Amino acid sequence: MSLQDFLHMGGYGLYVWTSYGLCAIVLILNVIQSLSRQRKIMRELTNKLRQLESKK
Amino acid sequence: MIFQRFYRFASPQHFYHLAVLLTPWFAWATIILMIVGLYGGLVFAPADYQQGESFRIIYIHVPSAWMSLFVYVLMAVFGGIGLIWHVKIADVLAKSCAPLGASFTLLALVTGSIWGKPMWGTWWVWDARLTSELILLFLYLGYMALQSAFDDRRVAARASAILALVGMVNIPIIHYSVEWWSTLHQGPTVSKFDAPSIHINMLIPLLIMALAFKTYFASVLLIRARSEILEYECNSNWVRELLTKTD
Repeated sequence: MSLQDFLHMGGYGLYVWTSYGLCAIVLILNVIQSLSRQRKIMRELTNKLRQLESKK
Repeated sequence: MIFQRFYRFASPQHFYHLAVLLTPWFAWATIILMIVGLYGGLVFAPADYQQGESFRIIYIHVPSAWMSLFVYVLMAVFGGIGLIWHVKIADVLAKSCAPLGASFTLLALVTGSIWGKPMWGTWWVWDARLTSELILLFLYLGYMALQSAFDDRRVAARASAILALVGMVNIPIIHYSVEWWSTLHQGPTVSKFDAPSIHINMLIPLLIMALAFKTYFASVLLIRARSEILEYECNSNWVRELLTKTD
């Protein structure tokens, strides 16, 4: 099987690869959003803590 | 004794550290299972005798659809536990389930639609399976809207848990829709355990992909739960210690 056959998917290439592409996008976006949210919360809480300590 | 152990496990601090420990294991399992499952599904499995190569959409469509139901049940169970026993971690996990469940439901609908176009000749029909799955998406979205509608986390958790539990009625409807009504959607292929009507070489990649979706869900759920715990517990001593340690 050549790469071209593989991408062609027996004429259904567009359907198959659109599905897989959208799936990859949604799954990866979920990871990125969750990780960046975690980082943002860590940063915010650390800043808040520093402010509290500097006031003491 | 058992209760003590349970409370220790369910304490936010303990759970947070457990989540930090477990996330990389689930993440690596996901990467490995995805590679194996995708190879199996896209290369190794033979083409379907009726649907040709287009059937390969099954390897993301069916795991997404299974996860859309599984995550919903999990969300409702966590919500129920939080509602009855006031376990903080249960509320946190229920809330963290929602965006993931909504994503899986969206994927099941969209990949199903893309698969339906060449096979059925239409992107969408208002048949029982598709309509009940669409309602599931709205339930997830309603749940998320309700969660963000209250300033008080406890009120939000309680209200949305009730919504999730009431919405449980939709789950058996989705599952049995292809048997109760005559639908365009095909009947169950895999869950007929006496004789699954799918070739073993097609089935194994499907099960690997299903497992990959499970571990993917677990790893992202744990990351989301950590964020929720930090917000929930931001005034407690252990979070302060945690934050000063990471500096």
